[in-house]
Amino acid sequence: MGQITLQQVTKNFGDVQVIPPLDLTIEDGEFTVFVGPSGCGKSTLLRLIAGLEDITSGTILIDGADATAISPAKRGLAMVFQSYALYPHMSVRKNIAFPMRMAGVDKAEQDRRIEQAATALNLTDYLDRRPGQLSGGQRQRVAIGRAIVREPAAFLFDEPLSNLDAALRVGMRLEISELHKRLETTMVYVTHDQVEAMTMADKIVVLRAGNIEQVGSPLDLYRTPRNVFVAGFIGSPKMNLIEGPEAARHDAHTIGVRPEHIDVVETDGQWQGRVGVAEHLGSDTFFHVHDTGLAEMLTVRVAGEVNLRHGDTIHLNPRADQIHRFDDKGLRIQ
Amino acid sequence: MARNVTTQRKIVNTVLAWGIGLLIFFPILWTILTSFKSEATAIADPPVFLFFDWTLDNYRVVQERSDYMRFLWNSVIIAGGSTLLGIIVAVPAAWSMAFVPSARTKDILLWMLSTKMLPAVGVLYPIYLIFIKMGLLDSRVGLTVVLMLINLPIIIWMLYTYFREIPGEILEAARMDGASLKEEILYVLTPMAVPGIASTVLLNIILAWNEAFWTLNLTAAKAAPLTAFIASYSSPEGLFYAKLSAASTMAIAPILILGWFSQKQLVRGLTFGAVK
Repeated sequence: MGQITLQQVTKNFGDVQVIPPLDLTIEDGEFTVFVGPSGCGKSTLLRLIAGLEDITSGTILIDGADATAISPAKRGLAMVFQSYALYPHMSVRKNIAFPMRMAGVDKAEQDRRIEQAATALNLTDYLDRRPGQLSGGQRQRVAIGRAIVREPAAFLFDEPLSNLDAALRVGMRLEISELHKRLETTMVYVTHDQVEAMTMADKIVVLRAGNIEQVGSPLDLYRTPRNVFVAGFIGSPKMNLIEGPEAARHDAHTIGVRPEHIDVVETDGQWQGRVGVAEHLGSDTFFHVHDTGLAEMLTVRVAGEVNLRHGDTIHLNPRADQIHRFDDKGLRIQ
Repeated sequence: MARNVTTQRKIVNTVLAWGIGLLIFFPILWTILTSFKSEATAIADPPVFLFFDWTLDNYRVVQERSDYMRFLWNSVIIAGGSTLLGIIVAVPAAWSMAFVPSARTKDILLWMLSTKMLPAVGVLYPIYLIFIKMGLLDSRVGLTVVLMLINLPIIIWMLYTYFREIPGEILEAARMDGASLKEEILYVLTPMAVPGIASTVLLNIILAWNEAFWTLNLTAAKAAPLTAFIASYSSPEGLFYAKLSAASTMAIAPILILGWFSQKQLVRGLTFGAVK
């Protein structure tokens, strides 16, 4: 079991309120991702759940029981840190065994769980090494192993992949997703990388300045962002946001069109501009379009190769059913 | 060209370093040499450096006149005891300052250090009276406690500097892994800080071993350590340079040997954080 409920939780650091009153329920077995720009309070929120920071007011329930005043050790949660936070003076085996040693698990059971975790994480050959002798990816797997053997109610991940290089990051992302499918344990995952959020999450919580901007499945957020912030934050490349007369024509203060929802046509496009940088990825081509009179720059994503070069005139047609409309407060107009 | 300059500089630096090193070491060398001279040779003018009749007489006389082992034992107990006590008090203190600092932590650290700026003689009178009242005069317990308190600011500062280098996330990981505060300090923090704690212990033993003001003022015979042993050979009995030197050599020998074998730890300890 691992349902986590936050009720009217706030956090102040001195006079500064970093988390205004906040309600959130993380269902048992769910993979929840907290995402937002740096300083949005996502790590703080995770640390409040972990118990590493005390909440200023409110209640935290774990499986319905009040955990607000319970120490991190007794909440039954396991955490994987950005810096891995392995014990440098212990072998990999001892690192993984540490939480079980603290819990007084008997030796045979410890060995059994270590073997199991090591096999699942490809660490069998490294059990007698020190963390300093491992690569970044291996260290992260040890940190995950240390979390698994506790058989926690929920896993907390604090930007676990941001110290890895790009290729490893994709691999570890898959491993963590697979781990979640296999264990079916609640996971709470903090990241500033919206690609990680989109690919891993059952539920994404978008945060800004301690406020929850929107909660939903990745595709909910992609299809119906509740406001301009979420619209701009979710999706890569970013959604084009256009204000002014063009928006007014759609009875909105701001309209948003994703780069993949703009078609490039030969002539007579609804919009036209001049190609700035063209990024040819093979599978896709990204055009940065200037001088459209709509916004400083529009990003357009076209499947496959399109032969337009720097300085060429480009004709564009936004797909009418894919235009998001927002009012002057930035909220979505249905 | 560039390489020549480097080599030249290296030679100059080496010569300079050895020169300064020898200059600092010279008084100790001279003391050791004098301890092997007769009293007459010791005050000879011009002084003789190496070519004299080497004798062990001074050591024999010193050993006859006073019980070296008793002084040595007192020194060991007082220096070792005050260091052990100091570490027990300082580890939790440094832990709290390094990992759960409050707005006033820096002030407290500075205030503690400021107690070292006060001339010790300023508090001699009150402490002396306290010692009389509590019957601690000339007792090893009393000296151990006083030396512990005298050196505590330095121990806490050193440990604080080491602990600051340990990432807080590792301690948080221990907390998440179910370790109590005691287990966190015992199984995670202390093993990681062993090099730091070792050099702190070493330095403190040396400081306590060499401490002369309190040991001379608060002891008479029973609890007197080696500093008192040396002092007993100075002025009142006249100019016995050779015997004084022999006593000094015997007093500094243990700490010199300890320092020699722990050079690496000490240097690391004293320059910690300077290069990173």
